[in-house]
Order: sequence, then structure tokens, then C-alpha cells
Amino acid sequence: MAHLLRRAGFGATPYEMDRALSMGYQAVLDDLLNPDHPDVIPDDLIRRYHVDQSDLRSGGGAHWVYRLVMTDTPLREKICLFWHRVFATGTTKLIQNRVVTNQIDMFREHGMGRFDDLLVELSRDPAMIMWLDNQDNHGSNINENYGREILELFSMGVGNYSEDDIKETARAFTGWRVVNPDYMSIRMRNNTARPYGYMSWQFEYDDDDHDDGEKIILGQKGKWNGEDAVRIICEQDATARFVSRHLYHFFVADELPVPQWPHEDPKDPEAIDVLCRSYFENDHDIGAMLRTLFESDFFKDGGSRYARIKSPSEMVIGTMRLAGPIDLPSEETYMADAACANMGQALMRPPSVEGWQGGTEWINTGAYVERVNFAGRILNDPDKQGVRDIIDRIKALSGQSTITSDELVDNCLEVLGPLEVLDTTRHGLKNYASKFGDMKWSDESLSSEFDRAAVAIIQLVVSSQEYQTI
Amino acid sequence: MGDKKIVVVQLSGGNDYLNCVIPYDNPHYVDNRPNVRITEDRVIPIGDGLGFNPVMSPIKDLYDQGKVAVIHGVGYPEPNRSHFRSMDIWHTAELTKVGNEGWLGNAINQMYPKHDNVVAAVNFGAGLPRALVSHGAPVASVTDLNTYGLMNHVSEVDQRNEALQAFKDMYSQAIGSGPVMDYLSQTGLDALRGAEIIGGVTDKYSSDVEYAENSFAKAMKGAAQVLQADIGTRICYTQHGSFDAHTNGIALQEGLLTDVSGGIYDFYDDMKRANKSDDVIMFVFTEFGRRVKDNGNGTDHGSGGVAFVIGDQVDGGQYSEYPSLAADQLLEGDLRFNLDFRSVYTEILEDWLEIDARTVVKGEYEKVGFLKN
Repeated sequence: MAHLLRRAGFGATPYEMDRALSMGYQAVLDDLLNPDHPDVIPDDLIRRYHVDQSDLRSGGGAHWVYRLVMTDTPLREKICLFWHRVFATGTTKLIQNRVVTNQIDMFREHGMGRFDDLLVELSRDPAMIMWLDNQDNHGSNINENYGREILELFSMGVGNYSEDDIKETARAFTGWRVVNPDYMSIRMRNNTARPYGYMSWQFEYDDDDHDDGEKIILGQKGKWNGEDAVRIICEQDATARFVSRHLYHFFVADELPVPQWPHEDPKDPEAIDVLCRSYFENDHDIGAMLRTLFESDFFKDGGSRYARIKSPSEMVIGTMRLAGPIDLPSEETYMADAACANMGQALMRPPSVEGWQGGTEWINTGAYVERVNFAGRILNDPDKQGVRDIIDRIKALSGQSTITSDELVDNCLEVLGPLEVLDTTRHGLKNYASKFGDMKWSDESLSSEFDRAAVAIIQLVVSSQEYQTI
Repeated sequence: MGDKKIVVVQLSGGNDYLNCVIPYDNPHYVDNRPNVRITEDRVIPIGDGLGFNPVMSPIKDLYDQGKVAVIHGVGYPEPNRSHFRSMDIWHTAELTKVGNEGWLGNAINQMYPKHDNVVAAVNFGAGLPRALVSHGAPVASVTDLNTYGLMNHVSEVDQRNEALQAFKDMYSQAIGSGPVMDYLSQTGLDALRGAEIIGGVTDKYSSDVEYAENSFAKAMKGAAQVLQADIGTRICYTQHGSFDAHTNGIALQEGLLTDVSGGIYDFYDDMKRANKSDDVIMFVFTEFGRRVKDNGNGTDHGSGGVAFVIGDQVDGGQYSEYPSLAADQLLEGDLRFNLDFRSVYTEILEDWLEIDARTVVKGEYEKVGFLKN
């Protein structure tokens, strides 16, 4: 159960864990996949406090951080992070946050639906059109950037199509552009930091600029438009395989970086087969594939536990959720967004269209210092609601009014996950804790002493190498 | 491995070339800058009708000593006027595709392929500039040298030392329990070791140089402290800004250039007094210059800029040429670059850091010749 909540969400606070255990695995999974309640996020508050979500010049992901910390539909947010990694689009080139925010909203709506629908929406997404220059893709003169990337990075992967398929796909997407494209792209390129000139972009289809001639895409001949290209792409085995491998990489275990996929077999070929079958049996439905994944043995058995390195967003959001809810969108979320960026994952500002590779690429010494210090800082205060709750549960688990230092460590690991750690790590923690000796909380001063000891252990636990994995 | 060091100073936001190194007697300058112009009486002449911005007298002092190479018209083909994209291009030396690896990160991996120098590069400021990022390259990022370290949220020294000892125990004992855990543990230990080494440098440092009170001066002092401690650091990096002077052009730029000039001078002076100025250079760049014509109160994004290389081993003077300001020579209203920035990188990488530049800048570029010998 803890494994499911870590992967399909951002881990569980002790309360969430209790609730989940009383519901059972299947009911929790149903709720994650099809929440029967709306998310509680107060959009009006986000709008009021987070001008960054529609900042026209640059911006970042602070408003999204708030949503990620506060959401009670975590899988829906996680799938947004997933598609953001695959379809990586950044304000770095677009110089306006609003359209990227809109793209993430689109993932929220379509991210667990049919892959065909998602790809059509993506192809109509103004941020994507400008990011990959489809506004320059004309009937008379194609720009093949989007045609290439939809095949290479968004659906099939290198080696499954020809250069001609790229050109023909690009032709199918001619005329898919934003309103007033020339003006908008000049504004984007020659950013003059006078935001008054910016407008959010809207999609438009210009039939006059569309090449309606016959095209051969992946062997199928016809007067294809963009929707047809998507249909053809989504029928391909390679697409099922590529999407499956991405889902595995994100939800099950770290795979090799994407550029190596054409040359190396998947870590678990059978798991990919299972997911591919689910793709075709369920009419390309991503939600159904996720259900297959989370119900599968390859997910549930021990091998996939802690088999991924936490992404910075998983590290930051998971830790903040442990510390408890944020009252209002505030400096904390901006700080957390900056911390994410410092660890190597600037939300809404991916380094390139290839997104983030993940795995060990997240880990370098600079990021490591940031990770350890961030987690420690967030869990520094025993009076934060979440920290208080953790401490109370550590006490409750002892079943008595006293606790040994060994129990303190064991209970802490139990409450914080439960977190599975190496024997050497547990030993190291206990060795450190031994200086506290046996502890009580029978009066105020003993109680605050115990708080301090517990916080020190919590901080050491979240600085462990195991806490970097998920 | 050599022991030459470089301090990279990034002027973020687009430093206005025309009002930094000023073509003060060029009629096109006067015509194009009716409002945002440094008048001739304020310019500090350096010859050939050019002069420094009046706040750059500390740089002029170094220039007169032959320590400053002014590199004119630096840029790249098909200039991008987005701050982010243009800075990315400078950071990664990748023009056509969006690159993941920084040029200095690549340099570090080439200098220390075993990743055994955990303090090879130190950034001053929050986060890591892309220039320093490359897989496996250990880099430290310091916001405040006095409080830098792992677990700096633990304020009590004894408690922190105990926690760090526990961290070390946990991490060193985990080595051997699988490739991912090993990688995590090794990186964690490197981070700790780097933090310990860097955290110790302030104790060793003493200097009579008094730096100004601003973030840039603090960063340059930090660089001096790290480099004087001889801990093996080869690259220091910092940035100052934002030079994005769409409005209030002159005052904004002069305020920032005051900080930069002072910080650079004090750093040089500090290193000189410590007898360590011989093996360090500074490289100062910006992502682009600004539009030739002013917008009434400021300047908009342009292309083609000026870079500086400063140090004892620099052959002082002016390099390349000031791009023409004539209307028919401009590119969409901006200066045309006449020197590819990868030429500057190539010379720094090959003749200073003594590594193969071709894999970093992906090609062969003629050197500029600003380094002695």
C-alpha cells in the first residue's frame, strides 16, 4: 500500500496511510484512478496569490507546487508531471507562463484518457505549437519540427519511422497554428519585456494553409489531416511500446535514458508486453493501462520497491506533504519551486524538448546538498502539523510512556513510510540516537526534549540515501 | 593537472554594449541614442574613439596595467533575443538544438574524468547555472560561504557535527549494496566532503582588501577565499544583474557596472596581495547586447556584445572590431557579431585549462589571442 501511494501519489502522511489501509488496495486504486470527488484546490486562491501561473514574461512552477502539495487527487497531478516530462514544454522559449499552465491543465483533463485524444489536444496546444514551431509549418513550405518530434519523442521513438514519414506527418499538420502566428512569434523571439504586448495564444486551423494532398504516413495512403496522422500513429505497435516503456520508467522502475531505448531492451520485457496488451485491449486508454500497471505483479512484488530515484518534484512535494498542509499559497511555494529547480527540475522550464531523463541523472553533489538541506529544513519544526502528527505516532507506537532510542528509530522509520532501509542505515541511525538514551514525555520539559530528539532523527532519516529513492 | 584557474562572471539580462564600451564620437551612436547616451565628457577614453562607462574606472586602472582584454562584437549566428534561450546557447555552446551539458561542466569532466576532485568548480549564488552542469561533474553551489554545508539547518555546532558523523557512517557503510545505492552513497559522501573542504576556507583567509557591500562583491570575495585556500578549485562562477534595462537604462546599468568593476578590481587586488594573481583569469560575458536605437528611456534586447578577459596572463588591449553602427550594417536594428563566442571558449579551454576544446564547442574555432604566449 505504501508503495502504491508513493508511486501513484506523493507518499502518505500517517493519517492518509490509516485511511488507505481501512479502504483496502483496490478501493484506493479506484479512487486514485477515478476520484468521485472534485479536487479541493481553491482555484480562486491560486489566482489571487500566484500571479506566476499567468506571468507573461517568464515564471515558474510555484503555483503548481501549491496544487501538488494540497491536492487530494494525487494521481491526476502525478500524471500531469508524467506528461510534462514526456511532452516537455518550457516557458524558457515561450516567455509566457500562461500557455504552459494551460497545457498542464489540458494534461489534467486528458492525461488519463485515450492517447489519441491526448495527442490531438497536444497538437492543438498553443504552447506546443510555438515550442516546436508548427506556426511555421505551411502548406507551401513545411517546417518538420513538430512532425519529427511527435514521432520521435511523443509516440513511437527513434527507429520506427522514416524521414519521409516525418515530412508526411508534418504535411498533415500544416495549417495547425495559433491565431496571428507571425506577430505572435515575433513577439516571442524579440522579447522586449514589455508584457503589455503579450496575449495568450489561441489555436486555429487554417484550411487555406493546409496541404490537402495525398500523403503516405507509416504505409497508409490518404488525404490525411492531423487527426488522421494521430489515428495512424496510435495504431502502431511501436507507439504502444513507447508509451508503455515511459509509464514503466515513471511508475515502476528507472529505465535507461530515453535516447538509449532503441538500442537496449527494456528492463522487464514481459511487463512492457503486459502494458502493450492493455493499450490495445482498452482502446488506447491511459487510465486503463495505469490500472493494469498498479494491479500487476511486476508492480506489486518487491523488485520495484525503491527502484527509482525520486525526482526533485517527488522529493520536494512528498516532504512538504509530510510537514502538513500550507495555509495559503505563499513564499513557501516559491521557495519550494526554487529548490526543485536547484535540484535539477525546474517545473515548466524543462532543459529541452527531451525533458528530464531521470534516474541517476538527478543526482550530483550540488543537488545532493540541496536535497538533504531542503528536507531537513522543511521538517525542522515539531509544531508543524505534519511533524507533530509524526511525533505523536512515534509515541503511540511505543504503547508506553517511555521509549528507548532504538525504538525511536524503528518507530520513526515505520511512521515515515514505512521506509525500508539497509541494515547499515538502521544501525547508523540507532548509533546516533543512542546519545538520547531512554526518553519520556511526562512533563513539559521532557516532552520538548523528546520533540527535539525526534526531529533530529526525522531529519537524519530524510537525509539518508534511501529517502532519495521511491 | 595544471593549476590555472578561472572566475567566470555572467552579466545576466543583456549588458548594453554601447554604453559599456562607448563609441562616443561615432555619429550613429549620437543619432541612435537621443536619450540613453553617455555624453563624451563622462566617458573614460581608451583610444580609437572608444571609452569605458564612467563607473568603470577600476577596470580602466587594470586596463592601463595591460591586464584587460576587451573583446568586441562577440556573438553567434542567427541571434536569439530571448534571455533564456540566448543564455542557454552561451552555457551549452549548442546553437541549433537545446543542449543539456554545460561547457564548463564538460570541461570539468575532461579535467577530472574520475570525478575525484569534488571541489573542481564552485558556483556562488543559488542553484547551478547550466554552464556547470554535466553528468557526473561534481560542482558545489554556495550562497553564503560562512554557512555553507550539509545540514546547515542544525544550528548547534556539536549537534550538527554528530549528525554529519552519523551521515558519514550511514553512507560509507552502504557502499557495496548495489549500483544505485552505491552511486547515491558515493555522491552523498562527495557532497559531504566538498562541503567540509569549502566550509573550512573562511578560517584560513585573511586579507586587507575591503570589498563593497553587495552580492557581487560577496561572491568575488568568496571566490578569492576559495582560490587562496588552494583546495583544488579550478573554476569559480557567479552572476550579477539584471542588466535588462528596458527602462531607466543609464542608472540601472551604471549601478550594476559599479558593483562589477569594484568587485573585479578588489578580487584582482586580493589575489595579487596573496601572490596568487598569476594563475587566475576572469572571463566576463553577457547573453546579448542591446538594441542600437534606444526606446526613449531604456534599450531593448539586441545581439552582439562585449566580453572581457582579465588577469596577469592576459595580453591587454582590444580584440576583434567594434561592429558597425551604420544603419545598413545592422541586423534587424542590432549589431552584427563579428567574433564567435566559441572562439573565446576555445582559447580559454585549450590555452588556459589545457584541455581539448573541440568536444566542448563541437567544432574548430580560431583562437582570439588574448592570452600571453
